[in-house]
Amino acid sequence: MTPSPLTVDVLLLGAAGLVLLGGALLGRIVLGPTAPDRVIGINVVGTATVVVIAMLAAALGEPGFLDVALVYALLNFLLSIGLAKFSIERGGVL
Amino acid sequence: MVAADTLAVGSLVVGSVFFSLVAVVGFYRLPDVYARAHAASKSETLGALLGLSAAAVAFGPGAETFRLALLALFVLVTGPTAAHAVVRSAADAGVVPWTADRAVADGGRADAGVTGAAPAADRTDGDGGRP
Repeated sequence: MTPSPLTVDVLLLGAAGLVLLGGALLGRIVLGPTAPDRVIGINVVGTATVVVIAMLAAALGEPGFLDVALVYALLNFLLSIGLAKFSIERGGVL
Repeated sequence: MVAADTLAVGSLVVGSVFFSLVAVVGFYRLPDVYARAHAASKSETLGALLGLSAAAVAFGPGAETFRLALLALFVLVTGPTAAHAVVRSAADAGVVPWTADRAVADGGRADAGVTGAAPAADRTDGDGGRP
């Protein structure tokens, strides 16, 4: 099913809003003040990116983008766990 | 007359952007890493689920629905798990949780310092009033 032009516009607007919110969060990531704050902020931006990719897949009618979103979500999770385990405190996490 | 699927996609997208906005506002306003992880892991996960639902409704029934459901399940499991891991490592590294009395002592702003930043006398009666 191809979405109607209005649905495409709504999805693109939502994706643009999420991109703007991610850009706003970058300021908080720069401010810090500690490393865990930054890791959690980057995790939130990554989750928003996954949603943006999924919305673009629906708006542009490209189901292949969903595989990209899935791999991006995997890498996002791996980044947070890796930073929590090896950058902040060695061992004992999870 | 707006079609029903457009209306559903629109409301789901609005909900997604709203809860992501709540997460961002919480990230700016909340005082320490534990409270920020709370805002991030709950609001952002709900916003992501609503956004993925909007994409699923726009795609309609088919193979994409299965992949989006897989993606939503993954986001639902990994978002809070990642926040939990980061917060637990922060607790192991000695980040002191924010409390109201220490915020007053610090002049209203308690940056989440590591162990040693807070004076020792503050820590001995740090659980003031709690059983």
